[in-house]
Amino acid sequence: MGIIQRIPSGTALSARIENVSRRNFLKQVGGLALGLYLAPVGADSGTAAPGSAGGGPAAAVDLEPDAFVRIGADDRVTVIAKHLEMGQGTYTGLATLIAEELDADWAQVTVEGAPADTVRYKNLLMGIQGTGGSTAIAESFEQMRKAGAAARAMLVAAAAQRWNVPASEITVERGVVEHRASKRKARFGELAAAAAAQPVPKEVRLKSPQAFKLIGRQRLPRKDSPAKTDGSAIYTQDFKLPEMLVAVVAHPPRFWGGIKRVDASAAKALPGVVAVIPYAGKPGAFQNGVAVLSHNTWHAWKGRDALKIEWDDSGFKLGSEEIFARYRELAAKPGLIARRDGDAQSALASDTAAKVIEAEYEFPFLAHSSMEPMNCLVRLGDGTCEIWNGEQLQTADQAAVAALLGIPAEKVTIHQLYAGGSFGRRANPQADYVLEAVAIAQAARAHGIEAPIKLVWTREDDTRGGWYRPAYLHRVRAALDVHGAPLAWHQRIVGQSILKGSPFEKVLIRNGIDETSVEGAADLPYDIPNLQVELATPEDIAVPVQWWRSVGHTHTAYVTETLIDELAIAAGKDPYAFRRTLLARQPRHRGVLELAAAKADWHRPLAPGAAGARRGRGIAVHKSFNSYVAQVAEVTIARDGQFKVDRVVCAVDCGLAINPDVVRAQMEGGIGYGLAAALHSAITLKDGVVEQANFNTYPPLRIDEMPAVEVHIVSSAEHPTGVGEPGVPPLAPAVANALYAATGKRLRKLPFDPSELKV
Amino acid sequence: MVKLEINGKPLQLDAPPDMPLLWVLRDVAGLTGTKYGCGMALCGACTVHLEGKAIRSCVTPVAAAAGKKIVTIEGIDAERVGRAVQQAWRELDVVQCGYCQSGQIMSATALLAANRQPSDADIDAAMNGNVCRCATYVRIRAAIHRAAELLAV
Repeated sequence: MGIIQRIPSGTALSARIENVSRRNFLKQVGGLALGLYLAPVGADSGTAAPGSAGGGPAAAVDLEPDAFVRIGADDRVTVIAKHLEMGQGTYTGLATLIAEELDADWAQVTVEGAPADTVRYKNLLMGIQGTGGSTAIAESFEQMRKAGAAARAMLVAAAAQRWNVPASEITVERGVVEHRASKRKARFGELAAAAAAQPVPKEVRLKSPQAFKLIGRQRLPRKDSPAKTDGSAIYTQDFKLPEMLVAVVAHPPRFWGGIKRVDASAAKALPGVVAVIPYAGKPGAFQNGVAVLSHNTWHAWKGRDALKIEWDDSGFKLGSEEIFARYRELAAKPGLIARRDGDAQSALASDTAAKVIEAEYEFPFLAHSSMEPMNCLVRLGDGTCEIWNGEQLQTADQAAVAALLGIPAEKVTIHQLYAGGSFGRRANPQADYVLEAVAIAQAARAHGIEAPIKLVWTREDDTRGGWYRPAYLHRVRAALDVHGAPLAWHQRIVGQSILKGSPFEKVLIRNGIDETSVEGAADLPYDIPNLQVELATPEDIAVPVQWWRSVGHTHTAYVTETLIDELAIAAGKDPYAFRRTLLARQPRHRGVLELAAAKADWHRPLAPGAAGARRGRGIAVHKSFNSYVAQVAEVTIARDGQFKVDRVVCAVDCGLAINPDVVRAQMEGGIGYGLAAALHSAITLKDGVVEQANFNTYPPLRIDEMPAVEVHIVSSAEHPTGVGEPGVPPLAPAVANALYAATGKRLRKLPFDPSELKV
Repeated sequence: MVKLEINGKPLQLDAPPDMPLLWVLRDVAGLTGTKYGCGMALCGACTVHLEGKAIRSCVTPVAAAAGKKIVTIEGIDAERVGRAVQQAWRELDVVQCGYCQSGQIMSATALLAANRQPSDADIDAAMNGNVCRCATYVRIRAAIHRAAELLAV
C-alpha cells in the first residue's frame, strides 16, 4: 500500500469506527492473563527521531489493562498481533519487540491475530487498524517494546512482593525472574496471576540498543514456520464452521455488468448443490453475481459451471489498446503539477540543452495473484456479523460491512487468520470481496438459508476479478547540458487513481493529485535544477484498481532509474558514478548504492558467458516507504533474446533491522515478485473482457527463473522502516539497465519482450 | 463411497468418483494442509504423494487413488525424508505466506526420496511445477540441499 503512512492519526476514518470486541475478548482471557494496552504516545511516534531506539529517559506510557501480551500459568507468552501475517514476517517481528523488553525466552512466545478494533489496534501511522505501506514494524517499534517492558515490570513487582526483596535487585532472563542474593527464582507462569494484580506502571524504561538480545539477532526462528511446514496453519480457505456452505460465484464478463436472466435448472440438478443465489453488487465496490452454494467446494464449482446466465451489456467495454490510446492523448496535454523545481520546459527548449532524450513507457494492469485466491467466511447473526478472513484493513472493512448491513461497527466481529499472500490485494479500499461475501450471506438469508457462507474465488475469478495495479503511461523528456550534467527532466504520468472514490481519498488526494500515482517520481532524489512532474488522471476507465506491492513505485522507479541510466550513458559516464554524484545530498541513497556496487564488484568486468551469449550488469537505487534499496542485476542473453537474470546483489537500509533474516527474506521475495512482473505479467482487456485467467496465461515466476540473491543490510541505528515492499521497485530497472548494457536496447514497455533483444 | 489409505489410515469416504482428490482431502476428509491454487496442475499447491510419487491432487479423480497409499503434508513426518525436509525448511525459515509450502515440501520430499544428492538443475527440474508467489525459491533450493545433508548423515 502506498503512502498510507502519511495518514494522520485521528482522521475521520478512525473516529468513525468504534469497537468493543476487546472487552468480550478480555472476559474470555480470564484471571490469569496479564494484558497491557499501551495507547500511543503521540500520533507521530512511529516516525520518531533517529536514535529513539535508545533507552534514554523513561518513556511515558498510558497503560490500560489488556491487549498485546498475555502470560499464562503454563508459562506461555502470547503476543497479540494487530497486523496481518501475509508472509512478510510481522508475527515474528512484533513478537521480537515484545519478547526483547519482556526478557522472555523466544521458545515460550506464540502469536495470535488480534480482532478488529480501531481503538486498541489502530496502526499509529494510518489511524485505522490495517497493515500496509510497509508500516507494521515502523509503527509498532515503540508501542510493542513498551508493552513488553510494562509486562516485565509487573512480573518483577510481583516477585519483589512475594520474596519481600527490592525490585531493583531482581533480574529477568529468558523467562525466568530471579533474585540472586537469596537464590530465588520463578518462571513467568508462576508469577502471572500475581503480576496481573499489580498496578500497571506509569512509565517504563526501554533497553538501550547495546542490551538487545533478540532485536538484530541474525537468526531468530520465524514464529509461523512450524505450522506452515506441517499443514496445520489455518488460512481462510481452511477455516470451517459447522453447517457452513461454500459459495462459488459467476461474475459478469465485463466489470460492472449486470444480469439479465439466470437459468439455474442444470446447476440445481447436480448432486451437492444446495442453492443458487443471485446477488446485487455495489457500484464501485463489488460486482453483481450468482452464487452456487454447497457443502463441498467442488460441487459448488461444478454447479457454477452449469449455470446458464444471460448477462446484460452494460459493463465497461474498452480494451487495453483503446485505454493506452486515450492515455497517449492525455500525455500530449499538460497535467496537474506534482513537482516543480526551476523551469523544465524552458530549459528543454533552450540552447543549453545539449542532448535531449525523449521516451514513452507503458505499464500494464497487474493482478496480485496471491497463491490463496480471495475468500471470506461470513456468519450473520441477529443484528451481528462475524467474519473470518486474512484481514489487511481490519477496521475499514469492519466499517464497510457495518454500512452494508446497516448495523453499528461494533456488531461486526473480525477473526484474523493467516493470509496466503496478499501483496496489497487483501487491503481493498472498497472491501470488495469481503462485502461480496456479506452480500451473498444476506441474499442467502432472504432465501431462508441461515448457514455461514464462505465465498471462495477460483484462480480464474481471482485473476479476472479486477483491483489491479493500474495501467500507466509515462512520457518523459530529459536533457544534459554541454558538460554532461542533467539540466532538465519533464515527466508526465497518466493513469487511474487508486484512491479516488475510496475512504482514503479525502486524506491522500491533495490538489487533485493522488500521491500513489506519483510517489517515487515527484520525490526524485537526484540533483536536477529543472524538474517537473505532472499527472493526468483519466476518469472514464472503470477497471477496478488498487495498490500492488510497492504501489506507485512499481512504475515510477522503472522510469526514473532507467532514464537516469540513459542520461549517464549519454553523458559518457559510468551509471554508478553518475548516480553517486547526483546523490551528493542523499546520504542514505548513496550508502546503499555504494554498498551494492562494492558487493557486486561493479568495477570489475563481468565474467563472459558461453559462446554467443551476451552478459550485462545494471544498477538501480530507489527509496520507498522510508527504506532505501539498491540492486545490481547480472543477466545472460541468448542470441534469440531469451535471457536469464543470474544474480541480484541487493543493499538495503531500513534503519535498525529488527529481524535481519526476515529483512533478507523480504528482499529475496521482493526481487522475485518484481522479476515475475517484469518478465511475465500483464492483465490485458479486449472489449472490456480480461484476457487472462489462470497461471498459464498470467504466468508466475518459477524456480528456474529465480536468480541467486545476495542481501546486504546497512548497519544502522535509525528508526526501523519497512521491508515488505521496498525490495520490489529497483529490480525491473536494474534488470533493464543490465539488458541495455549487454545489448544496447532500451526496453520501454513492461513486461519485457525478449524478441526486442534478438541479435 | 470410496476407500482410501491416507497417511497410513484406511478410510471410507463419501465422494463421487470424479471428484478431484484435492477436494476429497480438504472438504470430505478434513485434511486442509493440501491447498487449492489453480485447479489445473499449474501451481503444485495441491501436491500429495500417491504410492510415493508426487502428484497434483487437483486434477486427480479420487477414483484413481482408490485403494492406493496417499500421503499428505499432515503425514509426511512419518517418513525420514519428510522429517529431514521439514527440519531443513524450519532451519532456513523458508516460508513466507506459507500457502504453497505444503506442496513444495511434498515435491521436495519426492525428489529426495529418489535422488539423495540433487544438483541445482535437478532441483529446478523437480520443483518447476511448484509456484511460490512470495518467491521463496532461493531458500527452497538451499533447504533441499540442507535436507540432503541431513539425510547423508
